[in-house]
Amino acid sequence: MSDPRIHLALRMGDNSLILAQQNSKWCGHAPTLEEDIALANVSLDLMGHAQMWLGFAAEIECEGRNADTLAFFRDTEEFRNSLLVERPNVDFATTLMRQYLFDVWHLEQLLLLSQSSDTLVAEISQKALVEVRYHRERSQSLVIRLGDGTIDSHNRMQEALNALWSYFGSFFEDSKDDELLFDLQTSPMPSSLYPSVLEQLNQDCVLSTLKTPESEFWQKGAVQGHHTENLGYILAEMQYLQRTYPNSKW
Amino acid sequence: MYAQEVKSTGSKPKSLNSMSAKEKAFQEKIDRGQRIEPKDWMPEGYRRTLLRQMGQHAHSEIVGQLPEGNWISRAPTLERKTILLAKVQDEAGHGLYLYSAAETLGKSRDEMTKELLSGRAKYSSIFNYPTLNWSDMGAVGWLVDGAAIMNQVPLQRTSYGPYARAMVRICKEESFHQRQGFDIMMKMSFGSKKQKAMAQDSLNRFWYPSLMMFGPSDSESVHSAQSMAWKIKINFNDELRQKFVDQTAPQAEYLGLTIPDEKLKWNEKTEQYDYSEPNWEEFFEVISGNGPCNTERLAARNKAWDDGEWFRDGLLANSTKNQNSQIAAE
Amino acid sequence: MANELPLWEVFIRGQHGTAHRHVGSLHATDAGMAMNNARDVYTRRNEGLSIWVVPSSEIVASIPSKKGPLFDPSKDKIYRHPSFYNIPVEVKKI
Repeated sequence: MSDPRIHLALRMGDNSLILAQQNSKWCGHAPTLEEDIALANVSLDLMGHAQMWLGFAAEIECEGRNADTLAFFRDTEEFRNSLLVERPNVDFATTLMRQYLFDVWHLEQLLLLSQSSDTLVAEISQKALVEVRYHRERSQSLVIRLGDGTIDSHNRMQEALNALWSYFGSFFEDSKDDELLFDLQTSPMPSSLYPSVLEQLNQDCVLSTLKTPESEFWQKGAVQGHHTENLGYILAEMQYLQRTYPNSKW
Repeated sequence: MYAQEVKSTGSKPKSLNSMSAKEKAFQEKIDRGQRIEPKDWMPEGYRRTLLRQMGQHAHSEIVGQLPEGNWISRAPTLERKTILLAKVQDEAGHGLYLYSAAETLGKSRDEMTKELLSGRAKYSSIFNYPTLNWSDMGAVGWLVDGAAIMNQVPLQRTSYGPYARAMVRICKEESFHQRQGFDIMMKMSFGSKKQKAMAQDSLNRFWYPSLMMFGPSDSESVHSAQSMAWKIKINFNDELRQKFVDQTAPQAEYLGLTIPDEKLKWNEKTEQYDYSEPNWEEFFEVISGNGPCNTERLAARNKAWDDGEWFRDGLLANSTKNQNSQIAAE
Repeated sequence: MANELPLWEVFIRGQHGTAHRHVGSLHATDAGMAMNNARDVYTRRNEGLSIWVVPSSEIVASIPSKKGPLFDPSKDKIYRHPSFYNIPVEVKKI
């Protein structure tokens, strides 16, 4: 049986990779120059995290792969990212809200992982934590400002939140591997994060005047590699060169 | 260059004798190598030429994000993706620094942006060419950034303080841009047959547009003469173009690539390369809006601006609310 | 332009214990946002340990035409500069 930590490393690495990939498409197209630069910073941080986690996954997997082969030569069903991060960019409100929801989960997850019994997991998490604290603060401040901005900005942010909500639940889906990891005190059960994440969202909502949807009907399947249709397109674009010209050095 | 064909006053620089006392003091200050600062008195022509040039320069950085941005999502490795994203992000930063420098003369970034979006302000012709294969990321770094650096390094000594300081910062950050481009070119040129073919194709397409970046010969131009007297412009276009050819030709040879110019040859007498002029008719078409990507580039910038309006308005409305509630609480 | 985000000046103190230095400007609605933007725009290469942001409209600048009265008086106070004093070469470490 394979090392369950691979499951965790892929989950963390794929989330960062796919979100960075999607955010990076805003570079040159954001609403202000400052925002363009800031969002690229977030993407660059996430790319760094993806490299660490995927490198870690490849190392414990011992199949001669590396972070790049994992990123560029797996198909959708092997990806372990949540459904939220693969939702299309749509517009800047969706992009920001997606980032915010991810950041709230990400910070909570990293705080717990940095206490992991596995020293490598703890180490990577501590490194990422420094940057993610800032991501969380930044996206929170923008969501609050835009939620409590104009009627238009409020509506756009609320619509984005509603549209993303059921995919957000994908972060809290447990699997067999998670149970093993939990028993080893490597990582928390994904579902256990939900109450505190929801509480944080509701606290921010007081200031943003937004409302978290009441439904707890979640889109599921990511932990078994069942994704939304969009992931196939994301990978087709991202992997195109490696797939078209295999065995080349870049 | 990033600011090609900057129109100045349209007349020859005045001689010191025919200047007013203020103009004379101003010119002498420049001649002594001193900097002009925002609150100093300056001739209206200086101010206007400077704004036009800094605006064009800034717009070029911003539009310049697009051809490379085109490949971020398709970069072939995680490291290449990271480097490219960091580089395109730097360009946004450089645009921002330059707009900031222009803002010290009292023209707002939004005003300048609107001139770009309406097509009234120009940006470098080079960014109206498409990036068609991955090797173009190499060619843009190697040739386009290489050409840009030729012009930007001397601009660190330009007479307007905020512009010169922005250029210092930009040059410092740019130092890795050309190198990462050449690094891609090496990987492609020394890679598989197909990769090498891509590298050659990139060089074929980007060679002449890169030469055009320096602008047409301006040794006779009154605009350039005035700008040079004011030290807004430091070198003649042909001078920099020659330097660029001399620097680049041996690099192409190292890569085993052929520059698409049959006349290109080392001249023992002049100790520089002879080369063919680019097609200047094409240059004037591209700069006046008829290049292969002019429409897309401007459409992308317009879309970013229009789609971002609610975002900017939302932020402003929020801060106004907060200020009002603070006042109410006091 | 009426609805433009206000302009802020950014000052950064670098690694080596030197004073805050003006590095440029940016646009933001308020101090918090100016601070975040300054971090993202001006410290991408690990340049800063401390940031100041100031609304550009709050900066009071000296007027160039008054340069004389402001700065000239200090020009002839050469006794403020160490090179004013001749120290014999055999006296060290002063």
